[in-house]
Amino acid sequence: MPIVELLRVALEALRVNLMRSILTMLGIIIGVAAVIAMVTVGAGAQAEIDRQISSLGSNLFMVMSGARSRGGVRTASGTEMRLTEADARALKAEIPEIVAAAPTMRGAAQVVVGNTNWSTTIQGIDNEYLVARGWQIDEGRDLEPQEIRSGSKVALLGSRVATELFGAGNAIGQTVRIKNVPFVVVGTLVEKGQSSMGFDQDDIAMIPLEAARGRVLGRAGPRSDTVSVIFVSVAEGWMMDDVERQIAEVLRQRYRVRPGADDPFGIRNMSEIVETRAEARQVFNMLLTAVASVSLVVGGIGIMNIMLVSVTERTREIGLRMAVGAKGRDILLQFLVEAVTLCLIGGVLGILIALVITFGIARIAEWPVLLQWPVVVLALGFSGAIGIFFGFYPARKAAAKDPIEALRTE
Amino acid sequence: MLVCEDLHKDYIVGNETVRALDGVSVRVERGEFLSVMGPSGSGKSTFMNMVGCLDTPTRGRIVVDGETVSELSRDALAEVRNRKIGFVFQQFHLLGRTSALDNVELPLLYAGVPRPERVVRAEQALERVGLRDRMGHVPAQLSGGQQQRVAIARALVNRPVVLLADEPTGALDSATGVEIMELFQELNEGGITVLVVTHEPEVAGYARRVLRFRDGRVIADERQPARMTA
Ligand SMILES: Nc1ncnc2c1ncn2[C@@H]1O[C@H](COP(=O)(O)OP(=O)(O)O)[C@@H](O)[C@H]1O
Ligand SMILES: [Mg+2]
Repeated sequence: MPIVELLRVALEALRVNLMRSILTMLGIIIGVAAVIAMVTVGAGAQAEIDRQISSLGSNLFMVMSGARSRGGVRTASGTEMRLTEADARALKAEIPEIVAAAPTMRGAAQVVVGNTNWSTTIQGIDNEYLVARGWQIDEGRDLEPQEIRSGSKVALLGSRVATELFGAGNAIGQTVRIKNVPFVVVGTLVEKGQSSMGFDQDDIAMIPLEAARGRVLGRAGPRSDTVSVIFVSVAEGWMMDDVERQIAEVLRQRYRVRPGADDPFGIRNMSEIVETRAEARQVFNMLLTAVASVSLVVGGIGIMNIMLVSVTERTREIGLRMAVGAKGRDILLQFLVEAVTLCLIGGVLGILIALVITFGIARIAEWPVLLQWPVVVLALGFSGAIGIFFGFYPARKAAAKDPIEALRTE
Repeated sequence: MLVCEDLHKDYIVGNETVRALDGVSVRVERGEFLSVMGPSGSGKSTFMNMVGCLDTPTRGRIVVDGETVSELSRDALAEVRNRKIGFVFQQFHLLGRTSALDNVELPLLYAGVPRPERVVRAEQALERVGLRDRMGHVPAQLSGGQQQRVAIARALVNRPVVLLADEPTGALDSATGVEIMELFQELNEGGITVLVVTHEPEVAGYARRVLRFRDGRVIADERQPARMTA
């Protein structure tokens, strides 16, 4: 029998028991919708995590003064220690794997241009900083080493600050006032977006450390070159553990920490923090995908159940078809096509629902929507395969019937 | 045209063997109109099912239109049923929710006849049984006699060499039964070989030859000189 006729018979059979057909499809609909939504949302989340990691700067350590806290309790003992620019230079000089070691200070201040003012983060930096954090200059230029040394009143603006203060206009060469100190804008930065903690990383203005220590942020500590945080970026990810150990060693030596005493500083592996969160999300995703797959299998069993009922109900029809010349193969195909049709319709409905869910979640979570067409095609193929797999046994049962006995059933 | 040699059919029920057919030998020529009679349980249906290639004998040989069907596979039997046999059942066995036309088309579907030709031939068959204006009706919209006519049209549509009917009037009132028998007579006059199972002597009266069954054997094979006409 040609496939068109088989399809016609199948659709007719499904239409006759419309409600039953829809209920049977439900398992497949939910399963397919869940699988696609999971994969798509998962891909979007992964893309977002990748972006966060790359916006962090690659293989990044944050080194801070003060003891590493254990169980929430600070275990610092002895004199308080403060990191300095000299520490950053020493780290870079002594540990060859380090690409950049950037001493920084951080504070909040208003940036004013004429009547416009904008409250933002002020970051005191040196020439290592953009490299360490993977910042890119959008327009203008980076701060010159000579400007860093002398503490010139020059600034780099994050894209958010530039937009807030100058709109679409050009910021380069303009003067902004920070705590009443005039700074000349020499460059703007390429947008980075949200950090993994949800801060707007582009809401920032960067000035030379030396300039920050003046009236803008004040001194960070007892020595004239004290800083609050040193960002260290390492060449390759696999060097991280070793470099972490070396940083601790160099700093302990410099501060003459007795063996056995706690570190008077903290080293945090930033990439690891983001990756840990990413892993947690992946485990969650896999769990949901597993649940969705179970739903698909349960849906398949439902299909098998209904097909068995259908075969039993239509025993006389099967007998009659055989009596007028249907071969076993014709009957087998008829029921197989019916099961596959059921699954494919369920699959298409599931895909539509998945699209709605995906766009909804992506919108709420502000993730990029990465609709994976291969997954959609795969899901359709998979629901068809479920139809064949779970429809085969009932179909074979139908095909194996004896025409006389089938005709005799009530 | 139709040859049965020493047909046996045994059913094993529990420890007992039921001999539904116990050595039946019959020869039917092309164009004959044969009625099969006998008490209930005498093996009439079993015999018809064998001849109709719906069932296979335990022992013996059946030849339909030159083809020895008693040794064919399931699929080969299906093909013989499709090409050479037209079977009419007591309970009509029409597909519900399916129009008369679609019901009649069914054998052509399995014969692989393309759709336009299918429709034309199904329409011709329905016209032949007098249902020209009922083609779009579903079984529930037809009387018993009309439903049996649709079933007969379905049996005819593949131009079979033999038309087999197992108590075709059993589910109909006597007036309608007479109409159906007249239809068989008419078809036989058109050249089709017809075998009809019946209990009723007056129905058997339409046939030129009567086979009487008892306990799985043919106890009489009578030729009637004159046949009743409508
Ligand atoms: N499938 C079966 N299993 C067991 N016995 C059967 C079966 N079919 C028919 N028979 C027996 O075979 C005999 C002939 O039956 P059948 O050909 O239907 O008789 P008829 O049509 O003349 O009334 C009966 O005794 C019946 O009980
Ligand atoms: Mg009978």
